[in-house]
Amino acid sequence: MQCTQIQINHHYVGLWFGHDFHPQFPSFAACSKELKECSGHVFVDSVPEFCLPETELIDLSTVDVILISNYHCMMALPYITEHTGFTGTVYATEPTLQIGRLLMEELVNFIERVPKAQSASFWKNKDVQRLLPSPLKDAVEVSTWRRCYSMQEVNSALSKIQLVGYSQKIELFGAVQVTPLSSGYALGSSNWVIQSHYEKVSYVSGSSLLTTHPQPMDQASLKNSDVLILTGLTQIPTANPDGMVGEFCSNLALTVRNGGNVLVPCYPSGVIYDLLECLYQYIDSAGLSNVPFYFISPVANSSLEFSQIFAEWLCHNKQTKVYLPEPPFPHAELIQTNKLKHYPSIHGDFSNDFRQPCVVFTGHPSLRFGDVVHFLELWGKSSLNTVIFTEPDFSYLEALAPYQPLAMKCIYCPIDTRLNFIQVSNLLKEVQPLHVVCPEQYTQPPPTQSHRMDLMIDCQPPAMSYHRAEVLALPFKRRYEKIEIMPELADSLVPIEIKPGISLATVSAVLHTKDNKHVLQPPPRPTQPTSGKKRKRVSDDIPDCKVLKPLLSGSIPVEQFVQTLEKHGFSDIKVEDTAKGHIVLLQEAETLIQIEEDSTHIICDSDEMLRVRLRDLVLKFLQKF
Amino acid sequence: MPEIRVTPLGAGQDVGRSCILVSIAGKNVMLDCGMHMGFNDDRRFPDFSYITQNGRLTDFLDCVIISHFHLDHCGALPYFSEMVGYDGPIYMTPPTQAICPILLEDYRKIAVDKKGEANFFTSQMIKDCMKKVVAVHLHQTVQVDDELEIKAYYAGHVLGAAMFQIKVGSESVVYTGDYNMTPDRHLGAAWIDRCRPNLLITESTYATTIRDSKRCRERDFLKKVHETVERGGKVLIPVFALGRAQELCILLETFWERMNLKAPIYFSTGLTEKANHYYKLFITWTNQKIRKTFVQRNMFEFKHIKAFDRAFADNPGPMVVFATPGMLHAGQSLQIFRKWAGNEKNMVIMPGYCVQGTVGHKILSGQRKLEMEGRQVLEVKMQVEYMSFSAHADAKGIMQLIGQAEPEHVLLVHGEAKKMEFLKQKIEQEFRVNCYMPANGETVTLPTSPSIPVGISLGLLKREMAQGLLPDAKKPRLLQGTLIMKDSNFRLVSSEQALKELGLAEHQLRFTCRVHLHDARKEQETVMRVYSHLKSILKDHCVQHLPDGSVTVESILIQAAAHSEDPGTKVLLVSWTYQDEELGSYLTSLLKKGLPQAPS
Repeated sequence: MQCTQIQINHHYVGLWFGHDFHPQFPSFAACSKELKECSGHVFVDSVPEFCLPETELIDLSTVDVILISNYHCMMALPYITEHTGFTGTVYATEPTLQIGRLLMEELVNFIERVPKAQSASFWKNKDVQRLLPSPLKDAVEVSTWRRCYSMQEVNSALSKIQLVGYSQKIELFGAVQVTPLSSGYALGSSNWVIQSHYEKVSYVSGSSLLTTHPQPMDQASLKNSDVLILTGLTQIPTANPDGMVGEFCSNLALTVRNGGNVLVPCYPSGVIYDLLECLYQYIDSAGLSNVPFYFISPVANSSLEFSQIFAEWLCHNKQTKVYLPEPPFPHAELIQTNKLKHYPSIHGDFSNDFRQPCVVFTGHPSLRFGDVVHFLELWGKSSLNTVIFTEPDFSYLEALAPYQPLAMKCIYCPIDTRLNFIQVSNLLKEVQPLHVVCPEQYTQPPPTQSHRMDLMIDCQPPAMSYHRAEVLALPFKRRYEKIEIMPELADSLVPIEIKPGISLATVSAVLHTKDNKHVLQPPPRPTQPTSGKKRKRVSDDIPDCKVLKPLLSGSIPVEQFVQTLEKHGFSDIKVEDTAKGHIVLLQEAETLIQIEEDSTHIICDSDEMLRVRLRDLVLKFLQKF
Repeated sequence: MPEIRVTPLGAGQDVGRSCILVSIAGKNVMLDCGMHMGFNDDRRFPDFSYITQNGRLTDFLDCVIISHFHLDHCGALPYFSEMVGYDGPIYMTPPTQAICPILLEDYRKIAVDKKGEANFFTSQMIKDCMKKVVAVHLHQTVQVDDELEIKAYYAGHVLGAAMFQIKVGSESVVYTGDYNMTPDRHLGAAWIDRCRPNLLITESTYATTIRDSKRCRERDFLKKVHETVERGGKVLIPVFALGRAQELCILLETFWERMNLKAPIYFSTGLTEKANHYYKLFITWTNQKIRKTFVQRNMFEFKHIKAFDRAFADNPGPMVVFATPGMLHAGQSLQIFRKWAGNEKNMVIMPGYCVQGTVGHKILSGQRKLEMEGRQVLEVKMQVEYMSFSAHADAKGIMQLIGQAEPEHVLLVHGEAKKMEFLKQKIEQEFRVNCYMPANGETVTLPTSPSIPVGISLGLLKREMAQGLLPDAKKPRLLQGTLIMKDSNFRLVSSEQALKELGLAEHQLRFTCRVHLHDARKEQETVMRVYSHLKSILKDHCVQHLPDGSVTVESILIQAAAHSEDPGTKVLLVSWTYQDEELGSYLTSLLKKGLPQAPS
């Protein structure tokens, strides 16, 4: 689960989030009907429930915008948009929306197929939970876990999404601009750049540098970030995805050749496209051309169809195919040649077509619901069969626990194409953000491999880390904002070169601010005094003290000043030296001018004409700021 | 004075060979690079020698943008890039990039293989030209260089058609290409946000037409086709392989299905299947309904429409044939037309605009005797029908788009001069903006006054905003600051900060004025009177009486002293700095008038 919130300029930007699905597990027997034991593990018998992103810490009705990174990171969206008072906008790319919809549709469909009357709640009691064995006792925020949403809620949530394209600049309230960039991980997956004119924050989540089907990651646009928030790294940093794919193919072939069946628990989109493509290249050479491949999911057909129409979001090779025009993914050919067949469920057509040995791709990868449950029960007792785990989201041992004892072979080939720590360090060297911010667990080696100092983020300055529900102040101070100077005003400015290459101009202008955009306009011309009929009030003459005069700088050379005075008709001038400067006396006018390095003081009678004349002569020697 | 210059090399008061040069903030952009269907000589292509006499085009043009795949918008591209020579970037959307080379190759074949023209571009040139193309996705901001950026909007006209915004700093131009403001059976409607460009360059094909509802036209079309087929006649519909053809196919397909008709429908060109395939793969560019249902039923898989073979034209009995090209100026549609023209039972339906000089244009303007090659005269007895299915915005649509984008100026291209004149007046009346309609080679120059973006220090901005958000019309509040210009970096900071940054000390200028008052009372009492007097007048100011016996108004200090010679006179010392000049000056003159008589 990922969820980060950023506040810039009083606007909140939420960066979202998946939800953790907590397969409800192990525990004590006897204490309740809710708990069941299986092979020494204790499980909660309940409708599946889901853990949401933190909603207590922030008032979601104050969140203005949610940015979705990829279709795996939006599974909690209906909980947020439908039940929290959130009224902002959600931004996502088209593939993210469409495939996200498919994932939700599948989930809802799976859950609805196995209706259970009751949610288990007794075990959530803190005093009970404390006594349960791990992982039950370690589960967080169990009281906030929710049952699955309905399709109606999904549709309503998705209708709030605004579609965006890569490199599209989206203005938010005139204050910040957000831009999605290809992250290379999945169809339509995005990193987000959030910037004002002077600050840039990059949110890098679920990115991949490997060449699979999606458009490659856009690294160049992440440069010059003040802060780079890094999350969604690979869950299996020690496994090489290429090697895993090879292992997947060879194990699959071995099982089938020995007359066994292969079960691949998977999501209906994503890695499955790559697996099918590998098999497409592999089956003939491995002599598997006669083995049927089944893809069973309520959204199997849609997923396969959708994958073919997102040419713009695919890697270059696949895009080129569309120009021919050919379908970008070879599974079109597998379907045409009847090697791959897809069904909405095991009921109906599938039961007639089903032939063994075969390979079945189906969900849900947690093994807690969906058609996969059926196949595990069907094939679990024979050691000829194999289940191959490719999705990295769930521990395969925990997933299989309730099915034990199991005779079926289990192979674990997690394929996680997201960034590993070597790639992260190369990326950071390339992009060079001023600061890196990341979850706490990336700044230390994994607890099970505490000696692997290479399995953590290594960067300079060290990454700032955060943990769940922590509020972090990002390390930059905003100093400037953009303002537009209207051309008429610009024309009236008089720049003076103060130092070589540096010019100054004093600006006196009217500030207009609308929608967070600031514009400077020329000051209005002095208005004509109103006609005599209207009675003049005393207060009309009072000047507005808010009109500020510029500051002055420089110093006044006494001799030249005296000469200037003489030139302007002053006579009878006397100059006295003081400790800090001079006093110029205009004896006739009873006026005294104290001149020091950084100050001038004119002391005179209330003769305004005289004072103004003297003022203007003094100002000639000074610069205005 | 900065300015935007626009010169049409083609499509100026004309339809055909669209090609418009735009200079904006020192950047030169060429919009479209089309050919003219009505000419077979030099006039077929825009006159590129206008752009530069001796320099290389690549040095002069920053980029080329192609709005959509129709040949009158991209037909001269290989000639321009490979034969005249241009190596810079050419931008277009992915569907245009996919389909454009196919149509170019088709065009080349007709010109070279059928008409035997020499000195035409080759297949290899088309390929080399397409290598210079960079794909632009909808709404993506493409940075051509550090300053020039372009952005594509959906235009609806054909698959992949786009409008383009060209922007440098705060100046921008929008070019619509061809567009359609009403969704049809396979495409959505054009859309643009309120981007307020300095100039909107819009097509004006249907400048004077307000078309009746689409539904009526469709019903009319189906009725005519149906009647002809019923009486055993043949229907020829000349189309371009991509675009209108797909819309009409969808229309006939559903009608045939509903009415259970048996007469065959053919699609002439080998392109059909390929074309439909493009529509399937680029389905995200079609309309909402097709996108929504494509998993269940792909609208571009036709049951009733079959591939045409040349021999079928002589088959007896009714049939409907879609044949290319659309203006009956060459190729298969013209061949079939010649075969069927003599029979009054048959019908030709022209579903789109025909440029001058084409057979299509001639028969539409009522000509019934056509001189063909070899002095042959072809008598047209078949019925000729015109139905506007071409997806251009009508007058209403054009006005609608102008309303959406809110441009400062409008420039019309891609239309006939007379009709443009009418639309120009209408636009100027309704939107109170200037509207231009230059002919080819004529330049329109628009002065612009871009505002200058600078960085304002947050401290200064906040200080200003803290004083209240609403500007008071009577007493405008002035922001005072210093603009520091260093290289191209402009920053507006408070005066204090400017001094500090430059390492300069402030020079304080202070005034002290002596004001003589006739008042025999004690100094403290005089001060009290001054205080209450000022307090009663200066209601909006902070007037204070300090314990040390002085009075302050904001930061202006007033003290009283006895006169050294005259005990009946008191001297008020009013002291202020230059920054308080107005108020200080006002106070001295106010006090000079004396104090009101104290109530006894």
